[in-house]
Amino acid sequence: MLAATERWGGGADERPFLPRAFSVLRHHHDGTLDFLLEDVGPGTRRLAELEPADGLWILGPLGVGFRRPEQGRRPLLVGGGVGIAPLAIWQDALGAAALVLLGFRDAAHAAGAALLRAPRVATDDGSAGHPGLVTDLLRAELGSDPRATVYGCGPPPMLEAVRALCAAEGVPAQLAMESGMACGFGACFGCVVPTRSGYVRLCVDGPVLDAADLERVQ
Amino acid sequence: VTEFCGIDLPHPIVNGSGTFDAIAARRAFGDALLEDFPFAAFVSKTVTLEPRQGNPPPRLWEQAGGMINSIGLPNKGLAGYLEQDLPLLAELPVPLIVNVMGFTRAEVARLVEAFAELDEVAALELNVSCPNVETGLIMGADPGETGALMDAVRPLTGKPIIVKLTPNCTSPADVAAAAEAHGADAVSLVNTLRGMAFHPLRDGLPWLGGGTGGVSGPAVRAVALAQVCDVRARVSVPIVGMGGVQSGCHAHDLLLAGADLVAVGTESFRDPLAGARVAAELSEILPNSEIAR
Repeated sequence: MLAATERWGGGADERPFLPRAFSVLRHHHDGTLDFLLEDVGPGTRRLAELEPADGLWILGPLGVGFRRPEQGRRPLLVGGGVGIAPLAIWQDALGAAALVLLGFRDAAHAAGAALLRAPRVATDDGSAGHPGLVTDLLRAELGSDPRATVYGCGPPPMLEAVRALCAAEGVPAQLAMESGMACGFGACFGCVVPTRSGYVRLCVDGPVLDAADLERVQ
Repeated sequence: VTEFCGIDLPHPIVNGSGTFDAIAARRAFGDALLEDFPFAAFVSKTVTLEPRQGNPPPRLWEQAGGMINSIGLPNKGLAGYLEQDLPLLAELPVPLIVNVMGFTRAEVARLVEAFAELDEVAALELNVSCPNVETGLIMGADPGETGALMDAVRPLTGKPIIVKLTPNCTSPADVAAAAEAHGADAVSLVNTLRGMAFHPLRDGLPWLGGGTGGVSGPAVRAVALAQVCDVRARVSVPIVGMGGVQSGCHAHDLLLAGADLVAVGTESFRDPLAGARVAAELSEILPNSEIAR
C-alpha cells in the first residue's frame, strides 16, 4: 500500500483518503523499489506529483504472489497496460528465459514494454507489434507448445480472456487481480472477489489467484 | 492504568469491531504484532449464529473525509468462530471482547450463552444495528427493543455486556438509558452512519453492492463527539467512544466528552499501527489534561 506522507487528502472531493495498493515493478540490490502507476484518479494523481525527497508511506509486502511453474512447464507471462508491473519482478525472479507477451492500447502506451526483457507486443490499434489482442499471441504460443503455466495481469476483460483460453486448453494459470482496498492486510473485508469457494479477500488470499478457482473474472 | 468494567487496561485505546482482523494481521506482520499489539483490548468482528458470506462487491467507496463500507458482516458463524478463531484470538496479549449479533432476541441469547462461561472472553458487545425480524424494529434504534433485548440476555452471563449504539435513530441517548436501566455494563458509540454513493459512470445506480453502507472516518468525528456528550448526560455506565479518531487529540476530545475508552476504527485501515500511535499521543496529553485532575 502506498500513500504520500504529506497532502494525502485535500484533492478533488477531499480525496484521496485511503492508501492505494500497488505491485512492486522491480526491486534493486541497493533496496530501491520501482513502482509503475498511471494517473487515473485522485490517489495515482497525487503519487504522480511526488518529487524526489518527498515522503512516501509504504506498507508491505502484502498478500500472496505468483508461484513457480510445475516441473516440465515453461512460464508464459501475459500482461496488459499498467498491469505489466508484477510481471517484471516475476520475470526477474524466473530468469531471462521466461517469455513475455504484452498488450497495449497503442504505440505510446507500448513504450512501457521496455520495462521487461524481450517482450512480444500487441496493440489494439496496430501501431506497434501485432495488430490485435495479446490473447492472440497467447493462443499461438499455447498452440505451438501447451506445456506452460500462464501468469496474467491486466484489465479484467483481458484477464477473463486469458482465463477462458487457458481453461479451454487445460493450461494452469495464475492471475494477479485488482480490487479497491481500504487496508491491504485483511482488516476491512472490502476487497473480496467471488471464487468457486465463495468470496476471498484479495489482499491476504491474493492478489494472485489460481484461474481454476474463478468462475470468471469480473 | 485504565479500569473498564472490572478489566484493567494499560491505556484507553481499543479497536472498533470489524476494523481490525488480528488473525489476518498476525499472518501479514508476524508475531511482532503480538509483542507490540496496537490496542489495550481487542474487539472481534461481529459473530452471527450462522455463517455469512457478506454483501456482494463493490463493498467500499472512498469519500470526502472517509469512506462508506457495505461489508455485510461476513463471518464463520458461531461454530466456526469457536472452533477456528477463538483459539487464535485467545493468544493475543490483551483481553478479548466478542461482538455478537442476532436477528431475534432468542438468537442473541444463544450467542451470549455460548460465550457466557468462556475464560478467553473478557466481555461481550452486542451489535444492535440490525432489525429484529420478529418486530421489524432495529434493535438499537428503539429504547423498548433495546431494553427487551437486555432483559433476554442479562440473566445469561456475569460477563460485562456492552451495547454498541447505532447513530441512525432519533435518540441514541434514550437507547443508552434503556440499555443501562436493563442491565448493560457499558455502551459503545458511534457505529457507522448510514449512507450511500452513486456509481460514478451510471446516473442513479448505487455504487455499493449492498445499496447503502456505513460512513466512517473523519467525516463522522463531530457527530460522534456530540452523541458521546448526549449519552454521557444520560448514563453513568462506562462509554467506549469512537468515530473518526485519527490522533491522540481526537481521542482526548472523546474522553473529555465522557468516554472511558476510545476505539480507533477506520484509521487502522490507513495504518495498522494507528492504535499504538493514538495511545502514545494520548499518553503525552493526559498528564496535563483536565481529565487527570
